[in-house]
Amino acid sequence: MNFSWVSTYWSLLAAGAVQTVLLLVISVVFGFILAIGLALAQINGPRGLKWLARGYCTCLRGTPLLIQLWLLYYGVGSLLPLVPGLRSSFLWPVLREGFFFAAVSFTLNYAAYEAEVLRGALLAVPKGELEAARAFGMSPAQVLRRIWLPRAIRIALPTITGEVVLQLKATPLAFTVTVMDLYAVAYKVRQDTLLVYEPLMVVTVFYVFLTLLVTRAFKVVEAQVPVRR
Amino acid sequence: MIEKAVPALRVEDVHKSYGSHDVLRGISLKAQRGDVISIIGSSGAGKSTFLRCINFLEIPDRGRFVINGEEVEMRSRADGRTHPANWRQIERLRTGLGMVFQSFNLWAHMTVLQNVIEAPVHVLKMGRRQATERAEALLAKVGLYDKRHAYPAFLSGGQQQRAAIARALCVEPEVMLFDEPTSALDPELVGEVLKVIRELAEEGRTMLLVTHEMKFARDVSSHVMFLHQGRVEEQGPPAQIFGAPISARCREFTGALSA
Repeated sequence: MNFSWVSTYWSLLAAGAVQTVLLLVISVVFGFILAIGLALAQINGPRGLKWLARGYCTCLRGTPLLIQLWLLYYGVGSLLPLVPGLRSSFLWPVLREGFFFAAVSFTLNYAAYEAEVLRGALLAVPKGELEAARAFGMSPAQVLRRIWLPRAIRIALPTITGEVVLQLKATPLAFTVTVMDLYAVAYKVRQDTLLVYEPLMVVTVFYVFLTLLVTRAFKVVEAQVPVRR
Repeated sequence: MIEKAVPALRVEDVHKSYGSHDVLRGISLKAQRGDVISIIGSSGAGKSTFLRCINFLEIPDRGRFVINGEEVEMRSRADGRTHPANWRQIERLRTGLGMVFQSFNLWAHMTVLQNVIEAPVHVLKMGRRQATERAEALLAKVGLYDKRHAYPAFLSGGQQQRAAIARALCVEPEVMLFDEPTSALDPELVGEVLKVIRELAEEGRTMLLVTHEMKFARDVSSHVMFLHQGRVEEQGPPAQIFGAPISARCREFTGALSA
């Protein structure tokens, strides 16, 4: 076993970890916001919107993430330069990067999974608590913001933790569209040093550590409202 | 005759049906300030539905509602039913009707204190400190001051219901609506909740009370309504309803329960 390369590649590993964490955080945060809309559309939306949201979730959950990423990167990505003025706009440095496409496709995919989780959780909130909220004069928006959503999120938290960990382990796909994430760093080390196992072992430790971090963080959030068992 | 003040609540000719089943077939009620009106009757008589129509948790098919002198705007529909025309108005009027539910319905993700100040702070836009002061006083009154930072799941049914009463009181409602407040409680916990409700009645609060506790209804009510199959079969002072009811059904019902 040879780990002498670690000191040379340390900064690259750290940068890779940052990319991985960024992809995770961006896709989870924005995906979650999207998921709220998708879940509500499925529960309460007018019929057209309901079908649209349902179709979205089915399609994005029913196809491999790798294919979604490539369709976006090679498909939409090749169309973007054709948009007039885009190449000279200040957005272009972001839009031409693989990172952008990875972040978008991970977000869209995560939203589809999370919407299903949230939909179930929203329906699991006891009707009586929503009734009480209305009985005290809350508007529908207030009921959602103060009672329905916070309650549903608490119900869904254990499942959400699992989804975030799964999402973390989906991030290496970004490597296929030129993002220098943790896995990409391992790949580069492998090519440079001709070591096969050691780089993989090191990034594995990173992933385990990140998973522990995620589960710990969610434990803390869950503990905010004690549950009687 | 002396002109009376505006009634706290006036409800006229409320109808409600589910499909072909008529649950309410024209019920009216007038509550002056300080009245304690008990609504009794067997299951399915429409008691809870009637109570829930008053704050529009159930949408009545027809009826006229004047809450604290303000009439609820209704709109006629093609099928002859009327519908509330202005949900903003209803949301505003609801804050004057403190509701206590059979199954408590405390918000499980909030502590007792947070439950109690939720509506004052977020609906009535009262300052948090002022709301907290008021809430703590109310929680002390219902004997839950020590439990104010506990979550509902850690309280007994009786404690939860007392917390729910404090929550309803904290919006300073014109009328309190009790929907079978003791029906979901273990027998040994009923007493502590009834004690709180009795105190409120003695304070002169206007209350509507759907209940199966006949003895209690007889003691605290100023007026009793006996519902049967969606109609007011008989109403009057408790002495009449429980002592010498005119209607045979009412006699049967109150007799069976007090025997």
